[in-house]
Amino acid sequence: MTKELIRLKVNGETHELAIAPNKLLLDVLREDLGLTGSKRGCDDSSCGCCTVLIDGMPMLSCVALATSYQDAEITTVEGLARDGELDPVQEAFMSWGGAQCGFCTPGFLMTTHALLEKNPDPTLDQVREALASNICRCTGYTQIYESVLAAAQKIREKRKNEIAISK
Amino acid sequence: MRPFEYGNPSTVKQAISLLGSDWEQAAVLAGGTDLISLMKDYIDTPKRVVNIKSISALRGASEVNGGLRLGATTTFEDLFENPAPLRDFPSLRAAIDGIYSAQMRSMGTVGGDLLQRPRCWYYRNGFGLLALDSKGQSLVPHGDNRYHAIFGNAGPAYFVSPSSLAPPLVALGATLRIQGPKGERELPVAELFRIPRHTGEREHTIQPKEILTEILLPASARRLRNATYEVRERHFMDWPLATASVALRMEGRRVRQARVVLGQVAPIPWRAEGAERELAGKTLDEAVATRAGEAATVGAHPLSKNGYKVQLVRVAVKRALLAAIA
Repeated sequence: MTKELIRLKVNGETHELAIAPNKLLLDVLREDLGLTGSKRGCDDSSCGCCTVLIDGMPMLSCVALATSYQDAEITTVEGLARDGELDPVQEAFMSWGGAQCGFCTPGFLMTTHALLEKNPDPTLDQVREALASNICRCTGYTQIYESVLAAAQKIREKRKNEIAISK
Repeated sequence: MRPFEYGNPSTVKQAISLLGSDWEQAAVLAGGTDLISLMKDYIDTPKRVVNIKSISALRGASEVNGGLRLGATTTFEDLFENPAPLRDFPSLRAAIDGIYSAQMRSMGTVGGDLLQRPRCWYYRNGFGLLALDSKGQSLVPHGDNRYHAIFGNAGPAYFVSPSSLAPPLVALGATLRIQGPKGERELPVAELFRIPRHTGEREHTIQPKEILTEILLPASARRLRNATYEVRERHFMDWPLATASVALRMEGRRVRQARVVLGQVAPIPWRAEGAERELAGKTLDEAVATRAGEAATVGAHPLSKNGYKVQLVRVAVKRALLAAIA
């Protein structure tokens, strides 16, 4: 099929790519850009493993055409760490055993990141609800929820310190 | 996914000019959660895909003439984050709150909710909307029909209408604006849906060259007491098994006129007219709500594995009614 030139902004970097219009965002990320953090799990929009942030919103890259998101800011799990420093969500998942086999983890990290951007003080119920469409078959979810709540606390403390410093 | 030509118009007019005279020619892409899934499974194989998300005029909720206008590509997240426009419509809020998946909320649009194709697993696995075997017989009555219709299922259609928003919108008397090559038409939400009578007929009355652009709720709908109650198998991340949405014109505690619409139990949003008659003129209390729930089940024809839905309808109607006057 005829390829078309598209421009995609991923993790702050703009890429020009020749792709077929029927190529999924997930495949462009993994195959064309080598960003294999986003995973193909169910491939039918049920498991959340392919979740990336598009303009800050968690979306499923397995039902997204890459060509439709040319004007958007796309963030994958590879873009969470900044200047060699892990994102608080990543750190908390590491410290609290939020990952076992790790396959679903990038999706959880992205959905969690989006949740905590909006609501840095979620209740356990809100965490469960926000992560309802990310599926993990190892952990039984308890450690994941603990990780999310720990990340939330870390983010709140960080913000408090930033405010204190700016004063 | 089959190859296709991609169109990314910035106006509705351009978009319409890119559509074809039959469904195989072109498909309209909004949130994509349903269309792309169907295309990946080769259930839908359009030659052209027309993305309408770049048409900024189609997105957003606003008050118009005292009523409410929802642009077709308004996402659930838009409404979830800013529910102010829905303040008089708790029945719509409940339906939106019922879409738990954060990803579906970010991607899914209100127009897409109405136009999503049925979830029937025969359809989704390539047996066609009417789930026919090689002899032209439906697989549903003798197959696994636990999630299929209990109303409007005389055949050949047995699937259920999956829309979350349709029951409240029909109950509230909402209309749709649809644009096509010959201009714009407005139709009641109820008339978007039909029970297909033969292969090749879709469950929606929208035509291949048309685009759903707006959902409109009249100002008068703000005076209706309304509520939606969904019964689901799992708390999160699932389509409901049965939904009841009610809109009541009240005079004090007395119901002057009721609209009761069921979701997930028929190939179309199903008006429970028996329940509506039962309610008219009554003072609504728990006993009346219970009788209305019973009346809503009159005419139900459960299949071999979905008799449980009859009880769900009873309960959903009763609880929606009590929520509406709470």
